[in-house]
Amino acid sequence: MIEFFAVWRCFGLRDVAIVGVGHSRFGNRFDVRIDELAWEAVGEALKDAGLSTRDIGFLVTGCAGGWSAENLPAVVCSEYCGTLPSGSMRVEAACATSSAAVAVAYNFVASGFVDVALALGVEKMHESPTPVQIEFIGRAGNYFWEFESFGMTFPGYYAMHATGYMWKYGAKEEDLAEIAVKNHYYASMNPKAQFRQKITVETVMKSRYIAWPLKLFDCCPLTDGSAAIILASEDVARKITDTPVWISGIGTATGTANLSKRDMFLKLEYSGLESAVEAAKKAYRMAGLDYGDSAKYFDVACVHDCFTIAELMAYEDLGFCKRGEGLKLVREKQTYNGGLIPVNIDGGLKAKGHPIGATGCSMMYSLTKQLRQEYGKYASSEAQATIKNGRALAHNVGGTGHYAYVTILSLEKPHK
Amino acid sequence: MSNLGEIAKKVIEEKGLPLMEEAKTKLPLYISVRELPLRFQFGISKIQKFFDGLREGKIYITQCKKCGEKFFPPQADCPKCLTSDMDWVPLSGEGELVTCTMIAVKPSTYAHYKDYIVGIAQMKEGVRVLAWLNVDDPGKIKPRMKVKLSVVKREPEGFLTYEFTPAE
Repeated sequence: MIEFFAVWRCFGLRDVAIVGVGHSRFGNRFDVRIDELAWEAVGEALKDAGLSTRDIGFLVTGCAGGWSAENLPAVVCSEYCGTLPSGSMRVEAACATSSAAVAVAYNFVASGFVDVALALGVEKMHESPTPVQIEFIGRAGNYFWEFESFGMTFPGYYAMHATGYMWKYGAKEEDLAEIAVKNHYYASMNPKAQFRQKITVETVMKSRYIAWPLKLFDCCPLTDGSAAIILASEDVARKITDTPVWISGIGTATGTANLSKRDMFLKLEYSGLESAVEAAKKAYRMAGLDYGDSAKYFDVACVHDCFTIAELMAYEDLGFCKRGEGLKLVREKQTYNGGLIPVNIDGGLKAKGHPIGATGCSMMYSLTKQLRQEYGKYASSEAQATIKNGRALAHNVGGTGHYAYVTILSLEKPHK
Repeated sequence: MSNLGEIAKKVIEEKGLPLMEEAKTKLPLYISVRELPLRFQFGISKIQKFFDGLREGKIYITQCKKCGEKFFPPQADCPKCLTSDMDWVPLSGEGELVTCTMIAVKPSTYAHYKDYIVGIAQMKEGVRVLAWLNVDDPGKIKPRMKVKLSVVKREPEGFLTYEFTPAE
């Protein structure tokens, strides 16, 4: 930690705070084009921060794309949102795309390159028919060796992890269903969620198989949506807000493109995502936290639950519990609000929706509101976590552990 | 997609614009007049031996002559040794199933196949391979079951590929 602090100082890096957040309604957004959708989040974030478009020094657009028509979404959205002529770029890290956008924006501000940067996550999946979307997501791995002749799908990849986990720890399909039940429960309170209805274990168990052992209700939906996060240097943040939410840790890692090359779960030692473990360790180190028994540091977490099994593995990959004990957290309902650590109490990807490139910013939107203690008013007091540690965690995975980004938000300024 | 193209053609004739109502929400949509067909091509000169092997009924991996690291999928370069001197080693085909799934909701380009099982097996030689598992009754699949990897013809296209079958 001392070493890190010394490096921080010697390069003249600055602390960076979230000063504004915005979020569109998630769902099948046939009513808007991609730039109009982006504006819903950008406009709200600017109002939240009390800034104007002229203040945005750089706009980083996270958009996975492929299924939507615009080939240069960063430019199209910059024009519509009025941030021209500030610089922009599009970043891609599959489902972790907008956490990557935040990481880039963070570094632009920390380095002094700009004082204010906007990370925008936007995805318009429904510009293509459903089978085409499935085709594109299925190609998110190693195209030639796992898709061209074998037709892997995104649910298929996670289903392989689910099979591995069930074979190793005796998890049942009903256990996975409990995670969907929780996330739908909290999505029912989130005004911007795609699915607002509560479900039961029976709903999940009766739904059809998408990729055995995962069923329809184990899977997140295909979603259109946007979310925006405005990051500012300490000087700017102090001027415009009393409640800056600092970024105190970012950890990143990359996993093998070929699922066949994943050592961790294929040796049947345990099931998990190596990249997520690595990203968590790096983020914890940067924030001065220890890996293992890590739930105690955080008041609330958003983890990447594109499928129910993904949330279960996240508990273990993040060191919230030991290997195989994620099941216990599920069975004891320890990840509901009031439990050991509230997880995805905004509905998660599972029920809030998963617009691929917008999910990371969406997580940070929820967590910022949680830390500012505004989430209760926004959604329901039942979904406002108790803020004791002043720390929250976003775990955003791209593909099936192909990319991993862990971001730690804190009410305490990282460097004194 | 071509279906959408047909609709576009029809509504342009009727209304002068490619506009339609979205089925559920009844919201107005503009259907792009342009269709983009995508079919990619890949360079395989560095691993041509792999494809020659399929024609001989063999599945090859590569092994770095310097450090001994084995690669499947076969790759021509060893990033550890910074060398490109590889042995081509045929797999025995003997392996153990470590995970699998059955794909029910398929990508658009797989719509013509029946539901298929994809498995990953740990091969005797140390590498792991992902391929379809050809099994009559999915209920018979067990963790760590012995499987055999062999070259097969994929119908209806008729191209050579490889698949697992139960070996016990």
